[in-house]
Amino acid sequence: MALLTFDTQHKPRQAYISMAAVLILMLIFPFVAAQFGNSWVRIIDIALLYIMLALGLNIVVGFAGLLDLGYIAFFAVGAYLVGLFSSPQFAALLESLIYYSPAVGEALVVFFGPEIAQNGIHLSLWAIVPLAALFAGLCGALLGAPTLKLRGDYLAIVTLGFGEIIRIFMNNLNDPINFTNGPQGINMIDPIRVFGVSLAGEQGSNATVFIGGYAMPSVNAYYFLFLALVIATIFITSRLQHSRLGRAWVAIREDEIAAKAMGINTRNVKLLAFAMGASFGGVAGAMFGAFQGFVSPESFSLTESIAVLAMVVLGGIGHIPGVVLGGVLLAALPEVLRHVVDPAQQALFGKVIIEAEVLRQLLYGLALVLIMLVRPAGLWPSPNKEERPNAALAREEEEASTA
Amino acid sequence: METFIQQLLNGLVLGSMYALVALGYTMVYGVLNLINFAHGDVLMIGAMVGLTILQILEAYFPGLPGYVQLAVAILGAIPVTMLVAILIERVAYRRLRNAPRLAPLITAIGVSILLQTFAMMIWGRSPIPFPQLLSSEPIMIGGAMISPTQVLLLVLAAVAMGLLVLLVERTRMGRAMRAVAENPRVAGLMGVDSNRVIVATFAIGAALAAVAGVMWGANYASITFTMGVLPGLKAFCAAVLGGIGNIYGAMIGGLVLGIIEALGAGYIGDLTGGFLGSHYQDIFAFVVLILVLTLRPSGIMGERVADRA
Amino acid sequence: MNQQVLLNIAGVNKRFGGLQALTDVGIKIMQGQIYGLIGPNGAGKTTFFNVITGLYQPDSGTFELAGKPYSPSAPHDVAKAGIARTFQNIRLFGEMSALENVMVGRHVRTRQGVLGAILRHKAARQEEAAIRQRAQELLDFVGIGQFAHRTARFLSYGDQRRLEIARALATDPQLLALDEPAAGMNATEKLALRELLVKIKNEGRTVLLIEHDVKLMMGLCDRITVLEYGKQIAEGLPGEIQKNQAVIDAYLGGAH
Repeated sequence: MALLTFDTQHKPRQAYISMAAVLILMLIFPFVAAQFGNSWVRIIDIALLYIMLALGLNIVVGFAGLLDLGYIAFFAVGAYLVGLFSSPQFAALLESLIYYSPAVGEALVVFFGPEIAQNGIHLSLWAIVPLAALFAGLCGALLGAPTLKLRGDYLAIVTLGFGEIIRIFMNNLNDPINFTNGPQGINMIDPIRVFGVSLAGEQGSNATVFIGGYAMPSVNAYYFLFLALVIATIFITSRLQHSRLGRAWVAIREDEIAAKAMGINTRNVKLLAFAMGASFGGVAGAMFGAFQGFVSPESFSLTESIAVLAMVVLGGIGHIPGVVLGGVLLAALPEVLRHVVDPAQQALFGKVIIEAEVLRQLLYGLALVLIMLVRPAGLWPSPNKEERPNAALAREEEEASTA
Repeated sequence: METFIQQLLNGLVLGSMYALVALGYTMVYGVLNLINFAHGDVLMIGAMVGLTILQILEAYFPGLPGYVQLAVAILGAIPVTMLVAILIERVAYRRLRNAPRLAPLITAIGVSILLQTFAMMIWGRSPIPFPQLLSSEPIMIGGAMISPTQVLLLVLAAVAMGLLVLLVERTRMGRAMRAVAENPRVAGLMGVDSNRVIVATFAIGAALAAVAGVMWGANYASITFTMGVLPGLKAFCAAVLGGIGNIYGAMIGGLVLGIIEALGAGYIGDLTGGFLGSHYQDIFAFVVLILVLTLRPSGIMGERVADRA
Repeated sequence: MNQQVLLNIAGVNKRFGGLQALTDVGIKIMQGQIYGLIGPNGAGKTTFFNVITGLYQPDSGTFELAGKPYSPSAPHDVAKAGIARTFQNIRLFGEMSALENVMVGRHVRTRQGVLGAILRHKAARQEEAAIRQRAQELLDFVGIGQFAHRTARFLSYGDQRRLEIARALATDPQLLALDEPAAGMNATEKLALRELLVKIKNEGRTVLLIEHDVKLMMGLCDRITVLEYGKQIAEGLPGEIQKNQAVIDAYLGGAH
């Protein structure tokens, strides 16, 4: 890790070379991996979305020091938004509305027109992404609002509660009015269309996308889109970190009372942290829904919130490159292991003793426990001590004992 | 009215289990200022071990009366859960005693996942049926039904809580626990070995969870490796509701939360004009938590947290 | 000589459960003064500080800064109105560098938000550069300019106190309120602090100071209020205070 640095402030030349190297690696990756089969690229596609989630959570947990255990709710919001506005689901909603309250239902059908009543709403990528970001951001602020005065561990449990509440609503908002289609989830979600080209590939082309003269598998096309989004996320969060707002977040994390005394409106600044973090979650969720083609409440459980937290904690709380590393390790590694470990076990023992799912859980659990015991700053913490939250946590502790 | 009494009874049964688990959370929080996130999974381990014991009994000592089987199961599950809890404290939490408080919380989450993973490996992923041991003839109380299993549950919970109160109020260990909960450093100066007390706290909480776990299995006739997560969280909400760190608070909070959940599930349809159904039952605990923390953070009976200055 | 009233506080009462911490306390500070607040331990000095800077809510009292009433209900509003403070126990942002600590002090007088952070357009870059420059100036002013990039919690005790003062100055306050800035300092450090405070006064700033070192206070302050058990027992010039019997009794434990 010592050769690789992204510290543009203190070591600009080394940083830019590192960035260029990584970028080139990332750009050629899918073409190399495709030699071994599409599934590898698919794994990385999902991993990229998780990295985006981890970077978003990093704003809340890493920069501002607010332990959010319900973060996956914003992923869900984005995914269901796409489910509702990029699929036939809206037609189903109208249908259920007509059944429940004919007057309102009929009026809305007239308002939206027969096309939508038949087929649902199908917004394009350029509408969905900002919508997801905005709506998720709003939810972030709303869910963060009641937690502003709570101390660390209570804040964690309350946010966890909110995450669960959202999941339960997603699971049950199909009766009487069908918003989410309940436990079955929403399918037939449109794939992403960029400039008229569908990233799922044309019909009958075996999921091949044609861009300019080039043909590439659908998973590769999504790869580049998600990579672009992750790069944008890194860019934005990095800019936020090194700004007046970023300093305010760290100030609140380090000593909230002193921050207030210096004129920082901690309520607003905390809400901003929640909102900004949530908005990335929402965009990632929208991409997830379109990529998979369906969404169901199972994908948005507490386990997932914890998984994203584990990525942030394992990698290096508050340190963007560390968080990316954590995301890569915890999102991709279990899948990679499955491809390696299952056949290995078959060869050695004749059967699979530890399944992939179990391995995944083990990794997450061990990551959380071992990191806190052995290396609490994470695998790749910030070289600038300023960015580490440890003193912040110690201050909170002192707070509680003198409160 | 019958619905009301029925839901009230259901609430008491549910609440008793919450109370037993809430006690574990509240005691640990009282001495360590730590939310033992893994405590719900200790309940699950208790249920699993209890079930395994029942399976062994069935295989080697068939035909034993239901009460006896349950007693053996519970008495067998208790040492196992105590051991698990003691191990967790020793390995995962002890070193982080002076760390910033979010560190042990994150570790606790990790431990919770590990416990579930081990349970998944040992007992498999699918739900396992819990045998029907007591008669299934319901007892009628004022037009509402309660099963013998549920009655036993209430009795056991009451006995366990009674024993705990005796322990805390009348014994030397209990006094030591109260002292450490109040001010660990001064207690140390008075000759109390806080490590011993903390270990005892974890162990007692685990024992109560074992009782709750086995009876949960008996009551719902099915257990699975994830069964502890949600009840655990709700029990924590109950502990906060009653007043964190306060043993009586945990008992009252548990019962109150159980009743709120049962009544809520029963009446929510009527209250919201059919919009929300009983599937929303799980939300109540979290709503209660948020309301308590916003309106009356010290809970019904007041907090009792360690002065760690 | 600017003799306008800068801070006018009257009738502050504060009770904590059974303890009446402050009874009818008030002070009037003139522009450009160094005003001292002394008294035995537990007299209520820090409580008074916390009330006027918004950390505690008073039971009663009127609060005016530069002729305009201000509401001490939220600390960040108080900072915005123009009162900046330091803390008895030093509350720095430990993991930030000294420079960044002071830069945070500029928060209340600057504007760039989310968009400015992300886009870094000209106005944002200019503001950021101005913040950085001002922060360095202030570090130089208090005498620790060479430690700009050191992590705050690794600074020496005396330097940490200076840093806290620099950070408070960064908010461009009309009133600088210092809570025991000389606590734990040796004689040399106290002398340096005295020089710094005189330097601050010569810039035209007004200072409110809590301190235990009576000698330091006598030589530095223009006027002094003495608190004991939450009540004002004396107010006036240093010379008067020194001769005031009630004050002498309070410190030496005369008959009560």
